Amino acid sequence: MNDTLLSIRNLHAGVDDKPILRGIDFDIGRGEVHAIMGPNGSGKSTLSHVLAGRPGYTISEGSITYDGKDLLEMEVEDRARAGLFLALQYPVEIPGVNNVYLLKAGLNALRKHRGEPEVDAYEFLKLAREKLKALDLDDSFLNRGVNEGFSGGEKKRNEILQMLLFEPQLALLDETDSGLDIDAMKIVADGVNSLRGAERSIILVTHYQRLLDYIKPDVVHVLMNGRFVKSGDASLAKMLEERGYDWLRAEAA
Amino acid sequence: MATREPEVSDFIEQRYQHGFYTDIESDTVPPGLDEDVIRLISDRKGEPEWMCEWRLEAYRRWCEKPEPTWAHVHYPPIDFQAISYYSAPGAKNKNAPKSLDEVDPKLLETYEKLGIPLHERAALAGVAVDAVFDSVSVATTFKEKLAEAGVIFCPISEAIREHPELVRKYLGSVVPPGDNFYASLNSAVFTDGSFVYVPKGVRCPMELSTYFRINAANTGQFERTLIIADEGAYVSYLEGCTAPMRDENQLHAAVVELVALEDAEIKYSTVQNWYPGDENGKGGIYNFVTKRGECRGDNSHISWTQVETGSAITMKYPSCVLRGDNSVGEFYSVAVTNNYQQADTGTKMIHIGKNTRSTIISKGISAGHGQNSYRGLVDIAKGANNARNYTQCDSLLMGDTCGAHTFPYIEARNPTARVEHEASTSRIGEDQLFYLRSRGLSEEDAVNLVVNGFCKTVFQQLPMEFAVEAGRLLSVTLEGAIG
Repeated sequence: MNDTLLSIRNLHAGVDDKPILRGIDFDIGRGEVHAIMGPNGSGKSTLSHVLAGRPGYTISEGSITYDGKDLLEMEVEDRARAGLFLALQYPVEIPGVNNVYLLKAGLNALRKHRGEPEVDAYEFLKLAREKLKALDLDDSFLNRGVNEGFSGGEKKRNEILQMLLFEPQLALLDETDSGLDIDAMKIVADGVNSLRGAERSIILVTHYQRLLDYIKPDVVHVLMNGRFVKSGDASLAKMLEERGYDWLRAEAA
Repeated sequence: MATREPEVSDFIEQRYQHGFYTDIESDTVPPGLDEDVIRLISDRKGEPEWMCEWRLEAYRRWCEKPEPTWAHVHYPPIDFQAISYYSAPGAKNKNAPKSLDEVDPKLLETYEKLGIPLHERAALAGVAVDAVFDSVSVATTFKEKLAEAGVIFCPISEAIREHPELVRKYLGSVVPPGDNFYASLNSAVFTDGSFVYVPKGVRCPMELSTYFRINAANTGQFERTLIIADEGAYVSYLEGCTAPMRDENQLHAAVVELVALEDAEIKYSTVQNWYPGDENGKGGIYNFVTKRGECRGDNSHISWTQVETGSAITMKYPSCVLRGDNSVGEFYSVAVTNNYQQADTGTKMIHIGKNTRSTIISKGISAGHGQNSYRGLVDIAKGANNARNYTQCDSLLMGDTCGAHTFPYIEARNPTARVEHEASTSRIGEDQLFYLRSRGLSEEDAVNLVVNGFCKTVFQQLPMEFAVEAGRLLSVTLEGAIG
């Protein structure tokens, strides 16, 4: 087992009085790629949001350790600066704010935290253009309002663009594949694969195993009704594709 | 209990500091207003008889007028007889700080955050030094350049003496002395302000802002500005400053008149950051201003841009009278109210000429207990064939104790007119803040980014360097508004 980057123990979380996560245990080592699958309403998005620190969730029990630190004690921005990145399922529009501005501000916030010098406009553009190319995006993408009037696919690619620029230690992709056509998904998968490395861990939250044809996970977990009910290698995803979730439901009951 | 004593004495000392500044210098008239005071003002300023008569007429009109109460703002009654209406320009304020060391460190911190150049800070803080820096030489170079182009740019008191024909022709021609309560008061007692005349066909060679920034500190509470762009002329004028200015006069009632003749264009930008009062709503400036421009000639163009972040109470409606055919009026506004600030602001677009066009973009931001109202009138006269107006009013709410209100009035008396009105109110999104913070931005930076994005279309109208400052100003104003 690799050195553990993220460790979740007995996590219970919900919205208002409604429990959603009911005792999550999870570990991911450095350099590993895990997939979290599960039917609608199983708690996949809640888990991603709780990890990123989105307000509105009550955590009633359990602990999360990230890189040796108590993640639940950290503010949203501190988690990001510590290298945790969540690619959102529904990225938010920020009208009037240039995309390039957010990308540069985000990158520099991370660099500052790591004690590295901030990048200037020229360096940044050079870097950004390189990443844009990898995602088959046009330069004009930088000067549009953040997600403003973007198509669903563009929004997703913008998330991946941010990920490529920020080079997180732990990348969480919340249903990044949903709403993408096959070509766009290949591009996104190439982007994610380019980030794979010994120092980086990736969690793919997905509904379908389609994405896993392009990004091979080391481990696949199945989340149902707020608990992990099964883990296995990539072949588990294939099995789910063929048989659905019902057999697990029966098994879990 | 032993520790309580110094606290009490501190408190008393503070009261003392702020409460006893009314020593009357020999050149300051005692509080109160009557015809004698007006004659005295006119006399001290060495004005011709016609000017004195003009003031007296305005005073008589003022006496007949009731104080306006229709705005969506609340404040205790103003005692107009408790105000001193004249103080000689040279009169020193005994309570003015002697150096920057005596200035409230909080104010200095704000200057720092706004990036105000060091040499301007003392002047803005009201330090009582005659020449804090060499403003005379700056002003002189500036004036020479303008004179070369034939542009007249001087204090209005100087213009009354040196260019009486221009002043008599245009003063009060857009905002008549009997226009409204505060305009009448201003007409009766104004002590100074700016005068600009750009001759036919001349494009003013520079933004009229630098000079103003340096010399704005002591413009007083009843400021009068008159700007005339003759046929085919162009001028861009910027009033105010992003730095909060120290001022002990609570009531400010300025009048600004713009006249654009045929094919002329005037851009007038304001950044207003008068003292807003403290976080409990105590103190602060009442800013009751009349601003109006007249597109008198065909194809003329007047554009108002304002960023209003200061003052406890603001009532202000920079307007355009579109008399000339094909003339264009624009109003771009950002108004911010935080803590207990109240703003009732907007514009009037009066379409008289044919094919006249107007655009209104208003962005209101409310935080804390702030109350922000947009009040606007689009008036299309009978003869204004093919007049067009586009209005967009957006409100952004931060927190749940503030308020945003919209009072649009439309009067169209010509069937060919086209008037569009769009309005939106939104709360600053938790989603947006989470998204930005999850990209490593601090909560404060996240708020600033959303707010700046919201104001972008207005900031784009400001001269470049002020657009940057305005962004910073907003972030300082809204500091701590969320969280």
